[in-house]
Amino acid sequence: MDNLALLPRCALGGDKPEARLIGGLRISENPGLAMASLAARAGQEGDVLKAARKLTGFALPGPGGMAGAGDWQAFWAGPGQWLLTAPFASHEDIARIVKSAVAGAASVTEQTDGWVRFEIAGARICEMFERLCNVDVRAMKSGQATRCQIEHLGSFLLCQEAGAAFSVLTLRSGARSMFHALETAARSLP
Amino acid sequence: MSQQNRIEGGQIDRSRSLSFSFDGIRYQGHPGDTLASALLANGVRLMGRGFKYHRPRGPISAGSEEPNAIVELRGGARREPNTRATVAELHDGLEAASQNRWPSLKFDALAINDRLSPFFAAGFYYKTFMWPKAFWEKLYEPMIRRAAGLGSLSMEPDPDAYDKGFLHCDVLIIGAGPAGLAAALTAGRAGARVILADEDFRMGGRLNAETHAIGDQAGADWAAAAVAELAAMPNLRLMHRTTVLGAYDHGIYSALERVADHLAEPPAGKPRQILWRIYSRRAILCAGATERPIAFENNDRPGIMMAGAVRSYVNRWAAAPGKRIAIFTNNDDGLRTEADLRARGIEVAAVIDSRKGEMVTDSSGRLGLTGITVRGADGQSRTIPCEALAVSGGWNPNLQLTCHQRNRPVWNDALQAFVPESLPSGLSVAGAAGGVFSTHGALTTGTGAAVAALADLGVTATPATLPRAEDAPYAIKPLWYVPHTKGRAWVDQQNDVTVKDIKLAKQENFTSVEHLKRYTTLGMATDQGKTSNVTGLAVMAELTGKSIPETGTTIYRPPYTPVPIAAYAGRSAGKDFRPTRLTPSHTWAAEQGAVFVEVGMWLRAQWFPRKGETHWRHSVDREVLTTRAAVGICDVTTLGKVDVQGTDAAEFLNRIYANPFAKLPVGRVRYGLMLREDGIAMDDGTAARLAEDHFVVTTTTANAVGVYRHMEFCRQCLWPDMDVQLISTTEAWAQFSVAGPKARDLLQKIVDQDISNEAFPYMACAGITVCGGLRARLFRISFSGELAYEIAVPTRYGDGLIRRMSALAEDMGGCVYGTEALGVMRIEKGHVAGNELNGTTTALNLGMAGMVSKKKDAIGSTLSEREGLNQPDALNVVGLRPVNPAEALAAGSHLINRDAEANAANDQGYLTSVCHSPHVGSSIALAFLKNGANRKGETLRAVNPLKDTEVLVEVVSPHFVDPEGERLRG
Repeated sequence: MDNLALLPRCALGGDKPEARLIGGLRISENPGLAMASLAARAGQEGDVLKAARKLTGFALPGPGGMAGAGDWQAFWAGPGQWLLTAPFASHEDIARIVKSAVAGAASVTEQTDGWVRFEIAGARICEMFERLCNVDVRAMKSGQATRCQIEHLGSFLLCQEAGAAFSVLTLRSGARSMFHALETAARSLP
Repeated sequence: MSQQNRIEGGQIDRSRSLSFSFDGIRYQGHPGDTLASALLANGVRLMGRGFKYHRPRGPISAGSEEPNAIVELRGGARREPNTRATVAELHDGLEAASQNRWPSLKFDALAINDRLSPFFAAGFYYKTFMWPKAFWEKLYEPMIRRAAGLGSLSMEPDPDAYDKGFLHCDVLIIGAGPAGLAAALTAGRAGARVILADEDFRMGGRLNAETHAIGDQAGADWAAAAVAELAAMPNLRLMHRTTVLGAYDHGIYSALERVADHLAEPPAGKPRQILWRIYSRRAILCAGATERPIAFENNDRPGIMMAGAVRSYVNRWAAAPGKRIAIFTNNDDGLRTEADLRARGIEVAAVIDSRKGEMVTDSSGRLGLTGITVRGADGQSRTIPCEALAVSGGWNPNLQLTCHQRNRPVWNDALQAFVPESLPSGLSVAGAAGGVFSTHGALTTGTGAAVAALADLGVTATPATLPRAEDAPYAIKPLWYVPHTKGRAWVDQQNDVTVKDIKLAKQENFTSVEHLKRYTTLGMATDQGKTSNVTGLAVMAELTGKSIPETGTTIYRPPYTPVPIAAYAGRSAGKDFRPTRLTPSHTWAAEQGAVFVEVGMWLRAQWFPRKGETHWRHSVDREVLTTRAAVGICDVTTLGKVDVQGTDAAEFLNRIYANPFAKLPVGRVRYGLMLREDGIAMDDGTAARLAEDHFVVTTTTANAVGVYRHMEFCRQCLWPDMDVQLISTTEAWAQFSVAGPKARDLLQKIVDQDISNEAFPYMACAGITVCGGLRARLFRISFSGELAYEIAVPTRYGDGLIRRMSALAEDMGGCVYGTEALGVMRIEKGHVAGNELNGTTTALNLGMAGMVSKKKDAIGSTLSEREGLNQPDALNVVGLRPVNPAEALAAGSHLINRDAEANAANDQGYLTSVCHSPHVGSSIALAFLKNGANRKGETLRAVNPLKDTEVLVEVVSPHFVDPEGERLRG
């Protein structure tokens, strides 16, 4: 048997995450978060909310919402469904952690590597996203989350700080195309 | 002779000069000029040739409605044909060229068409180029196209970037003339999110072109002050050079912003144009009005233009269209031109007011106007020398956007024009676009529309205090064309349609407005008939003795002005046409020199050429034989994976798969067939039971999204009470197929658990660990007929895993294989795939009739029992091999009995999947054959009428490899 650990790669293909600074806009790949989906079993949403609060220390957000405290962040993904994130280094096995916390009240699925996550920050972030998606980004408040299409790819757009910092999550296999789209949009601003 | 027609004043920056060229000759202009205004200032009136007759033409307008001054802009790969000189903003170094002439604009050989004009009347092509029929496509049409003036493409890729974007606002104001500016001031001051878009590079609309005062200021100065105030508002976005193109549902508008058309080339990486989608809660159309000509004989000479355009050139651009100008009008607005010209020191040759019974009946001048013939009220004709003629036949409101959702305008007798009546939801109209032609009226209605729009949104706005402004009546007595004209009087100058053509249409009974348009091509040029549609309709009304509203209305479609295809494409060009999905092993495969193939958006390794392999078949045959002899590895991450959990998960699968799943034990995988509601096969795949309440369903690569969507539909809509949760995990796991007699040996080197045949038999599945503790999943499934597994690790470790496994395989005499070998092996095994699951085939056709359980109900089970789908001669999957092994089969060939004629009536079936089988040593195929299950051993002909080939084939079992399935269980 072979006990040599396999080396992980970032979604963009490198050993280390990539980042760009374009016209004051910073676009960086963020491989540092583990993610699990949490979907309440029929009729057990109350128990899920309780268990999640115990695990994370905050109430799971409602539609279009995002909440976070300490290691944990959660955003709404559908009726009775959330995506939970926590630092990869300490929570690589996030599905098991969440599953044991909700004790059968919810279905939990590892989603960590299903997605690539980019953090984008800069004063002109709204101008940049106006070129990328039909979300009214200027009206987005901190702590809002939505699904949208960017570069034909189904994505989540999380507003970390209104008018200043967003996260984009999209399918991991589309990482390079998304990165290219983000870079191009940032470059094309006047 | 520089700028000999440049006069004093105007809104141009005389402190700077811009050098530009037209047809190779250099001229000077100033910032603020358009190409047309700069050429006029330089005394150049001739800017193009007519579309059909190649007659000399100059600009008739000063805006986007221009039908005549159509030119090619820029050079090299940036050359753009069919652009309007009247809106091309001048920049230093601008290169422009006339089009539709040969060899030169001044001497155009095809002007012979003008002499031959009797042959070119409306309907000429339809009547003339009828025989022989085959000549149309090969000879007549190319010949006509060459003669017709559409400019020419550079035939090089466009080097510039284009972009798309999305904007949101409370109020979108379309047009920044007096109405739009008043609306924007009101809405902007009230704090609403406002977008003010104008196609011009200078906002103000007619205020820049007229000499009216607003309050104590010149109109243009008032506009500049208003724009300055608006520019300082953080809640208001000013969009210069932005044409709103179309009105769509729910307050959505499209707009084209020409970001860099006014520069020699866009700054590196910046887009030339941006196509915006604007989401508005309310919109106000303040698009103004377009002046229309009066048709008279030879009314198309360079120098004859709209009266409003003459005022624009003189007042805004300080460019005199001529030194001596005559005026021909049927309304008071046209009369203003006289005072404006005199104020600029330009000689007014005559004022011909048709309301007094006098008319211009003809004109002269070969390449530009030299004189006009006027018939006075007394019936006497006289000629008047002049270099330009300012014509006003009245104004048509620019109501195009109100029609984009099929709303029809109504006729207004006082204005002699169509005005908007019913409107798209959320849109209101102000100013001249709504038929309110005075400046005072524009300011009032603009303010009022803004207050009303904001009130709709629950915002109280204080109307701006309005300055005093011109409020003159618009007294018009209609004159559409000068009667008793013998020669040609032009109605649509871009498509060369004359009053005579309309008469001909009437004579041939094409009197409906839709027929008129198509028979004569009136209004069908790129200007969408902005200066001609209403006139054409009015001429037809007079000819038929009907009123204009009885004759018809004109209606418009998006876009308002032409849009380059590049702008519609935006960033989706070249290799970025669509996103690319990369597999976890992509980096490694690229390092190996793999040849990739597009599979949907995925790029998959098709084969891995090795040194000395000169043909793809060498590589693929080697990969197949190596796998069957030792071990092969293939990235199968692209197959869809859906995580199904919940207490009802098993019952859910039982309903969506035709075969039973309820009793599948934990730790086992089952092959499953999904049917559509109509009983036709939808997709095949596997479901692995990881726990009582947890399955992982796999789908084909092509149907990954479709199957997931279908499952969500079933969950949310068909059976919302079931306790089932779904989520895609396709991307979360890097999954590899490991197949071949040494597959177990290879895997045992990295899997931490015992995977002997006893511990992990055929169709087993489990969560395992690899390489000393990394969580992973193992499935013992085979699509190649070999002992085979699929192993999955979290995607970030996929690269590490392929590197580790490929090295192990290499040591064991194995290899990594691509999709081509994957396909060969599944055909050799007789495993159906996308080619067979083609949307017309049933479980019976696929040889899986036994899988459709009669003991339970599942989607499609009932309708799969339809009589027509279960005839004795139904198609069955069979294998085929050529009787002569040297012959190659072709997919798509049809099967015909040996002695039958090859026609549709004798069709016995068709070949779906074909490959060269290195295992069999010949071409082999899977095919659908009527009653094929009972025809093994028969010889048939595989006929390919497209390639005109026939191959004699023998019907065999579709399982070319290991028909008993001993290998995969071993």
